[in-house]
Amino acid sequence: MVVGSVAAIGAGLAAIGAGIGIGQIGKGAVEGIARQPEAANEIRTNMIVAAALVEAVSLFAVVVALLGNG
Amino acid sequence: MLLEINPLVLPDPGLMIWSALAFAILLFVLGKFAWKPIMKAISEREQGINDSLATAEKVRAEMAQLKSDNEILLVQAREERAQILKEAKEIKDKMINDAKEQAKDAAGKIMADTQQAIENQKMAALIDLKNQVGNMVVEVSEKILRRELSNKPEQENYIKQLTNEIKLN
Amino acid sequence: MNQATEQHNNTDQKEEGDFDVAGTILNHIRDDHSWHLWGHTSIHLPVILKTDKGFEAFSSSRLSDEHHQLVVYNGNYPYKQVDGKIKVMNADGSINKEASKKVFDISITKNVVSMYITVFLLIIIFLGVAKAYKKTGVTSAPKGFQSFIEPVIIFIRDEVGKPYLGHQAPRFMPFLLTIFFFIWINNLLGLVPFFPGGANVSGNIAFTLTLALFTFVIVNVNGKKDYWKHIFWMPGLSTGMKIFLMPIELLGVFIKPISLTIRLFANMTAGHILVLSLISLVFIFKAVSASAMAVPFTVFISVIELLVGFIQAFIFAMLSALYIGMAIEEHHEQELVL
Repeated sequence: MVVGSVAAIGAGLAAIGAGIGIGQIGKGAVEGIARQPEAANEIRTNMIVAAALVEAVSLFAVVVALLGNG
Repeated sequence: MLLEINPLVLPDPGLMIWSALAFAILLFVLGKFAWKPIMKAISEREQGINDSLATAEKVRAEMAQLKSDNEILLVQAREERAQILKEAKEIKDKMINDAKEQAKDAAGKIMADTQQAIENQKMAALIDLKNQVGNMVVEVSEKILRRELSNKPEQENYIKQLTNEIKLN
Repeated sequence: MNQATEQHNNTDQKEEGDFDVAGTILNHIRDDHSWHLWGHTSIHLPVILKTDKGFEAFSSSRLSDEHHQLVVYNGNYPYKQVDGKIKVMNADGSINKEASKKVFDISITKNVVSMYITVFLLIIIFLGVAKAYKKTGVTSAPKGFQSFIEPVIIFIRDEVGKPYLGHQAPRFMPFLLTIFFFIWINNLLGLVPFFPGGANVSGNIAFTLTLALFTFVIVNVNGKKDYWKHIFWMPGLSTGMKIFLMPIELLGVFIKPISLTIRLFANMTAGHILVLSLISLVFIFKAVSASAMAVPFTVFISVIELLVGFIQAFIFAMLSALYIGMAIEEHHEQELVL
């Protein structure tokens, strides 16, 4: 029970990190598109890929949380 | 072990064997019978499209070249026409000028001839007049001389009379 | 594991009363020996075991009775299904851990069937497409499925192959295309909520680990001299730094496939858990009106999962290409000596 709670806290912290990271990516992408609307498609593709990579890092944390939650 | 690992994150060896087999089959079959012809066809088509595009571009350039050639010709022709017109005009002006000049010269010459003729006539008349005056003088002198020889006083009177006559003239 | 068994037994007992969200979700996302279709109907898949007494195969229907309660099947050993896994039981009904470890389970499970359905689909699709190219030739425009597949192939070639592999891209394109389409179709089949979809193949760590191992093998088999030099004896640094960096670089070789494994596994599993959790809301509130909220959310998440399914397949292929590209790259020493 205690282990499960700790894992949940860990997953929550990971979500914070991913949220900040994806927020930064979104901010950068929107600024980039505002500055260079003609490059919008390329920026959007790269944004989605980067967001997916950041999201994966947070999911690593969830997996680590699962590791100790048998 | 202190913590039990969640079976979710524990890879099952049996499934791994099946996965490896599935992927190997897929890689072999698709690699041999699908990807090779598909990739070849796609790159060939792209090559074809690129070639057609290049050809189209070339033809377009040629057309543009032709068009610009035509335009150059047209411009040249136009210039030539303008040149010819200009020359024709020049010639026309020159001819008119020449004609005018000639007419003027001819007129001048006629005038000069006429004047010459008038002058000649005048001279002839003057000479004639001079001759007649001379004759008259000679006649008068003859008459005077004759009278002088007969009568002195009368002669003098006569001279006076004559001189009066001349003065009256 | 005793604890887990007790929990599972409790779950079984509770089934009629409170709805066990976590249990249901885990039951759906894990591998299984039978494929549940609807109600009490399910396909019983064959169980294949290898023990010290040799191979053994039987239908998984033997593992449950007519009331769908799990029972002990007496093969070479007394087997019982616990949390979806085949365990050897003791006479008193507890798990014989020692004997269970010797059981090697190569059963045709739900995930295996789903995976081979994908293999079958891919072979049908791509052999058809290849035939279409042969038949219509390269001069005519693509038709039907061909016109759907061709842009994806070109996308993978131009966005994955060429940027990371350069002129060597054609050598690795079959691998990249196969891995991309295999993952993508598995992801999409996993999103289908009924047969023949619904199996969590790409959200199974065994599956993703296998694919990552393929990448790992290809990277290290094709690794050039420069690649190994950069791992064991980083050029342009002092000897101390070289020795210090060696274990880190060596660790990096193994971390790359592990990160590939976990990225795909965690993304797909998270998607399944999310969709199932939202559906479970209806049962948690025990009210049909809860579906007014749950269904639009589920649709929304499912649409996002469609996108994630493509992106994760793309990222797997892209990172594979990146790792291969790093391994086959010819370095110029001059650039690295700072």
